Order: sequence, then C-alpha cells, then structure tokens
Amino acid sequence: MQTFTDEHEELRATVRQFLADRSDENAVREQMASERGFDDSVWQQLAEQVGLTGLIVPEEHGGAGYGYVELCIVAEEMGRALLCAPYLSTAVMATNALLHCANAEAQKALLSGIAEGSTRATLAYAEAGWNVGDIALNAQEKDGGWVLDGTKHHVLDGQTADVILVAARTGAGIELFRVEGDATGLTRTPIPELDQTRRLATVGFASAPATKVSDGDAQEGLERTLALTLIVLASEQVGGAQWCLDTAADYAKSRLQFGRPIGSYQAIKHKCAEVLVDVEFAKSAAYGASRAAADCLDGEGDWDSLFQSAHMAKSFCSEAYFHAAAENIQIHGGMGFTWEHPAHLYFKRAKASDLLFGDASHHREALADRLGI
Amino acid sequence: MSEFASIDEAELRARTRVLLDEIHPEQTDSQTFRQAQYDHGLALVHFPEGFGGLGLSPKMNLIVRDEILKHSKVFYDNPPASIIGIGMGMPVVNTYATDEQKRRWLPKIFSGEEIWCQMFSEPSAGSDVAGLTSRAVRDGDEWVVNGQKVWTTVAHLSRWGMLVTRTNPDVPKHDGLSYFVLDMQSPGVEVRPLYQITGEAEFNEVFFNDVRIPHENMLGKEGQGWRVAITTLMNERVAIGGGGSKKKGGGAISQLLKLWKERDPSTASAAQNAILRDRVTQAYIEQELLRLTTQRASAAAKAGNPGPEGSVGKLFQAESAKRLWELALDVLGSDGLAFEAGYELRQAAGGTDTTVGLAKYQFLRSRANSIEGGTSEIMKNILGERVLGLPGEPRVDKDVAWKDVPRS
Ligand SMILES: Cc1cc2nc3c(=O)[nH]c(=O)nc-3n(C[C@H](O)[C@H](O)[C@H](O)COP(=O)(O)OP(=O)(O)OC[C@H]3O[C@@H](n4cnc5c(N)ncnc54)[C@H](O)[C@@H]3O)c2cc1C
Repeated sequence: MQTFTDEHEELRATVRQFLADRSDENAVREQMASERGFDDSVWQQLAEQVGLTGLIVPEEHGGAGYGYVELCIVAEEMGRALLCAPYLSTAVMATNALLHCANAEAQKALLSGIAEGSTRATLAYAEAGWNVGDIALNAQEKDGGWVLDGTKHHVLDGQTADVILVAARTGAGIELFRVEGDATGLTRTPIPELDQTRRLATVGFASAPATKVSDGDAQEGLERTLALTLIVLASEQVGGAQWCLDTAADYAKSRLQFGRPIGSYQAIKHKCAEVLVDVEFAKSAAYGASRAAADCLDGEGDWDSLFQSAHMAKSFCSEAYFHAAAENIQIHGGMGFTWEHPAHLYFKRAKASDLLFGDASHHREALADRLGI
Repeated sequence: MSEFASIDEAELRARTRVLLDEIHPEQTDSQTFRQAQYDHGLALVHFPEGFGGLGLSPKMNLIVRDEILKHSKVFYDNPPASIIGIGMGMPVVNTYATDEQKRRWLPKIFSGEEIWCQMFSEPSAGSDVAGLTSRAVRDGDEWVVNGQKVWTTVAHLSRWGMLVTRTNPDVPKHDGLSYFVLDMQSPGVEVRPLYQITGEAEFNEVFFNDVRIPHENMLGKEGQGWRVAITTLMNERVAIGGGGSKKKGGGAISQLLKLWKERDPSTASAAQNAILRDRVTQAYIEQELLRLTTQRASAAAKAGNPGPEGSVGKLFQAESAKRLWELALDVLGSDGLAFEAGYELRQAAGGTDTTVGLAKYQFLRSRANSIEGGTSEIMKNILGERVLGLPGEPRVDKDVAWKDVPRS
C-alpha cells in the first residue's frame, strides 16, 4: 500500500503553493488562449526553483533522481491546477523514452537540458491507433544518417518542442530517433483541441533528417514508457477529480434554493457522496500504480504488475474524473455551463485525458489480456 | 361529443392544399409562408379559430405537416430563434391574453417576425424560480421594474419577453408574483451576453433599471404570476421533451449512426468495436423509445395546457442526449481530441450556428440539457410528487412571507 511520508507531504505543499502563485485560474485562461500554450517563465521556475522538470532524471545527468511516488504527487497537483505546461511531454514521456529506449550518448545529450529547463522534448509515437505495435512510420538510412517519412498524430506539445523523439520502423524493429524541432522536412500542425489546456499537434516528416538514439529494437522500452506515462496521467486525473469534488461540495453547502442549501437535498448530497467514493477509488488506483512503478524501477517489483496497475489506473481514473467533472457542472446548474466558471475546463480535460492514449475500455482490454481473462 | 371541432383528417388535408394553392413554400420565404399558414388556421391547429388554429386536437398538427411535405420540397419549420416564442409564448398568450393582444402578438411569433424570450431565472432563483427577487411596483397605469434576470436565451434577439417578477414581498413566495409581457425595446432594459462552455452566447443577463410596463401587459391577475409561469414551464418541458425526432431513426441518432458508419474500425480491436456497437445500438433503442413515448403522450394529450407528466419526456431526453453525445466522442476515439469549431467567444445567431452539426459541439452543448428548462433533479421531484403522489420534502419556504426566506 502507498503511504506518504512527511517529505512527500512537504513536496505536495511546495508544488501546490507554487501552482497557486503561478498557475491560478487567470493564468490558466491566459495560457490556454495563447499561441504557444504555456508560459516560459513559469517553465523556467519549474525547472530552476522547484527542480520539477528533472524530477526523475538521474542525478548524474543533473536531475533530482526521484521516483514515481514523488512524480505522481507533482502530477496530481498539476492536474488539480490544470497547469498549462509541456510537463507530461518533456518530464515524463520524453524523459522515459530516453531512459528506457535510448543509448548513453543520447541520454547524456538531452537529459541535462531537460533537468535544467533549457530543453523541451516530446515523444511522437501514435499513428492510426494508440498501440506501440501499430507504429509504421518509416526510417531509412541515407548518406550515413537516417531520414523519416510519415505522419505522427496527437503529439503532445509537438508544435513547440525543441526536440522530438520519434518511434519509427527500421529493419531491426521499432527504434527511437531524435529529430530537431527546426529540422528540414518537418511540419508541425497544431490541433484545435477539445481541451485547450493541453496542446497536441500532427507532426509530418518528409525525408526529415534524424539521429538514431536506440541501439536495436526499442518496442519494449516504448511500451514501458507508455505505461509509466499512463500512471502519471492517472495521477493528474485524480488531482482534477478531487478539485471537482471539492468545488461541487463547497457549492452544495453555500447555494440556497427553496430556503435550503442544495446539499441538503439527497439528490445532490448523494451525487457528492458517489463522486467521493469514485475519487477515493481513483486514488487507490493511482497511488497503487505509482508504488508499483517505484518498486519496479527500484528492482523490488516486476514490470508485469506495473503494466497491470497502469491499465487499471488509466481506465478507472478516466471514468472517475469524467463522472466528477460532469456532476460538478450539474450541481452548479446554469453557472456550471458558463465559460466564466472553470467547471468546463475540467470537464474538457477529463474527456480529453480519457481519450488520450486510448479510452477506459481500451485499457480494460489491455488489462484483460495481461490477466489472461 | 368530442371536445374538439369536427373537422376530419380529409378536410384538414383539403384546407392545407387550399393554403398551398394560394402560396407555395417553394416560391416564397419562411416568414411570408408562415404568416399565411397562421391566417388559414394551420399554424397550431389546436388553437382557436381566428388565432392561428381550428380548435382541433393537438395531434392533428402532424397532418398539416405531412400534407405540406407531400406537395413541397421545402418545409418551413419553426425558426430556431422562435422556439421559445412558439413553444411557450404562444400557449401563454393564448391562455391569458385579451383577444386584441392575441391578434397583436400571435401571428408575429409564429411567422418568426418577432422573437420572444423567457425571463424567469435570476441569479438567486433558478430551480426555485418562485423565490425570485426582481421587483415591480405599481405607478398609476404602469409598473416600474428593477432587478436582474439571468440565462435568458435569445434575449439579444428578442422583441418581447415573458417576465415574472415580484409585486408583493410580504406574502408567501408563490402568491407575490405577477407575469408581464415586456417590450424589450423599453428604456432601462439592458442585455449583456453570457458565454457558455462552447464559447457561444445563446443566453444573456438582462438588467432592468426603472423599466416601465403598461398594466394591460400583465397576463393573469396581480399575484397570479405563478399560475401563468407554470403554464409556460409545462409547455416548455413538452417542447423540450418532445424535441426528439419525429421520424424513425432521425435526429441525433442519425448523426451518431453516420459517425459509426464513417469510422475506420481498423483503429480499434475487435472487442472494442463490439463494445461500441452494443452502446450505439442501446442509444438507438433509447432514441426510438423516446420518439414513441412522445408520440404516445401527444396522442393522449387533452385540449389545453399540458400537465406534470411532460417531465417524463424532458427527463429522458436530457439524460439520453448526454449519454448519446458522450458515446459519439468514444466512437470518434482519438479524433474526439480535436474541436474543429474552436472556442472563439461569439453571440449565437439563434440556433443556426454551423457548428451544430458537429458531434463534439453537441457533446458540450448537451450538458445543458439536464439544466435548462428545469434540472433533471427537479424533473424527478415533479414526477415523484406530482405524478406519483409521493410525499414532498419538508419545506422551509411554504407559508412564510417571501422576504423572510433565507437565500444565497
Ligand atoms: C442553456 C440554458 C438556457 C437557459 N435558458 C433560460 C431562459 O431562456 N429563460 C430562463 O428563465 N431560464 C433559462 N435557463 C435557466 C434554467 O432554467 C436554470 O438554470 C435552471 O432552472 C436551474 O437553475 P440554477 O441554474 O439556478 O441552478 P440551481 O437551481 O441553483 O440548482 C443547482 C443544483 O441544485 C439542484 N437542486 C436545486 N433544487 C433542488 C431540489 N429541491 N431538489 C434536488 N435538487 C435540487 C439542481 O438540480 C442543480 O443540480 C437556461 C439555462 C441553461 C443552462
């Protein structure tokens, strides 16, 4: 079971305070409407003051060398605040891809920049579906180097990343490549997102020059990267769901109709209670998964239980978050449907993060396969 | 003897053909045609003769529609911005206004020339609309209104507004309300857009600053505003609940089925496809049963205004629409991550927004279905208490002067 130490609680408090200062509702609204979708100065502070961009980067590369329990605490707080920043792409997906798929040289070249906040990176893997096995984008050797041809979809922060790590097919299987953000033959088209607080892009490669950073087949490493990303995303979802619950319960206490607080009606009270149960179960799923990840990476656990808990967490937390966000709107009545109230921002984040990397039922099926059901 | 006039189906079809001979939808615009339709008593056939109807059963309205569609490729349905005026304004005016007022208002509501809005909800009074705070004070032959309304759909386009306001704060809340028809061009009326989850503003805030209304524009008597409001709300619920498709497989479900057919099944596993297929079929069943239930309810409809059973359709429509559009996003899968319409803040043109056809827009918009026109929780209270006769919740606001009831 996952329990939190005093240090963990301190980390949570620090991050929450930082986000209250630098990513309040006004800041979120400003960033979600901005062209790049995040604030460079907040990113720098996140890296330098709080040391969060390199949270799981090993100390030898200038990172904090923390594990998943800490990372998931941070993600939970970011989800709660709806931070607009390329964190999941850089500090989670790209970092893990480097740690689990790339050779020492590539790690050395990129991880310290990520930890410092000077490099924003992402991982481009999905094409027609979300399965790593479906990757078809073609990599070919040319003039002693490599070129890529094809299209990647739903690349997190693909439009602004300095470096794009690309999973592509070679004769050796699926390998990982590094493409510079300003490479020739690279086109990056932002998607008009359902959830404006997280940026996605379609990234096209037309004989784009690339450096191969894996030594041999990287499919298993990519699967691991993705499972770890799911665990972090589930933690984000827990933070968002908790915000919805807190906000709904507060409103149910203060809003009067028919001379009584609406929370005194069972219709509303029971909704809040049902969301509470969902949020508690979502926490068990996400915290359990972060523990499984920490144990596995410390050599005390195994990858199979990590994968199982990742799929379980992503499927359960997606639905719990959506439920919490939808009920929060309903409990707020007309107010919950307005642009002015932040309820819709969480609702959109909830559905988008459910669809991202495959929806709840997709991950239940993956779990069923792992369990042999 | 039937309570309705004795015009049978054949006669009604014949009269519809007379209208079409005089003016044909394919050769004119919506407003002109609908004006003529009104003059022939074929607007709402259950309305009295001389006021857009022929005193027939409400279910006979479908015959007129059917006959027009038989002879014309063009059909002028209720203009989107006029839904409130036609669905709620017309029945209320018909029930409570003088003949002279009916002649002034009804034809222009039906033709779409004048748009009406419903000014009931206030910041502190939504579900508990009878608890509202805005005030009207008598001054000779006029009433002077001050206060604020909120969530007023199409107020920015409206010429007239149905207004419920407090004329006596010293009696229990239901007894101190009066109902007016307000000319929205009156001095002191200010309309400000309120943006919603999609970035559009369909609704508005409306402020009244010493707005003067002639006494003759009061519908019903002073202090009877709640009765008139209830007539409006029951009609609203039927208008919304009956908003399902008239045709088998039409409306929202046809959009979902289209998405389903156009989707590329190779991006999902066989198991995923099977799960989605079952959910799509379930949605089909829900929408088809909503259509049949609406049909059954309208066949059973009596003359006059609908009762609390209209909440059955309203409740189911709201909850099933939310499920359907949520499912549409799951059917779209990763394509659901993009919102092509964008969130640019803008005022709605009255339901003609081109984004309406977009499933993702509907996914967002449908969240209001269980709020607008009375929330789903309130619908359940109505069904439990008014239809099934279950005991009500303990009330702290009954038999207490309105001014002494706590409010937020
Ligand atoms: C898109 C849209 C269009 C609208 N258009 C109009 C319009 O044109 N004109 C107009 O006058 N109004 C309009 N409304 C307002 C609508 O009627 C109100 O929003 C609705 O009645 C709810 O009121 P409220 O928003 O104040 O929520 P509240 O009444 O504050 O409700 C908050 C929550 O408490 C619950 N609740 C309240 N009382 C009870 C109870 N007794 N038992 C159980 N649960 C309860 C509600 O179900 C809800 O979940 C519109 C609303 C929307 C969203």
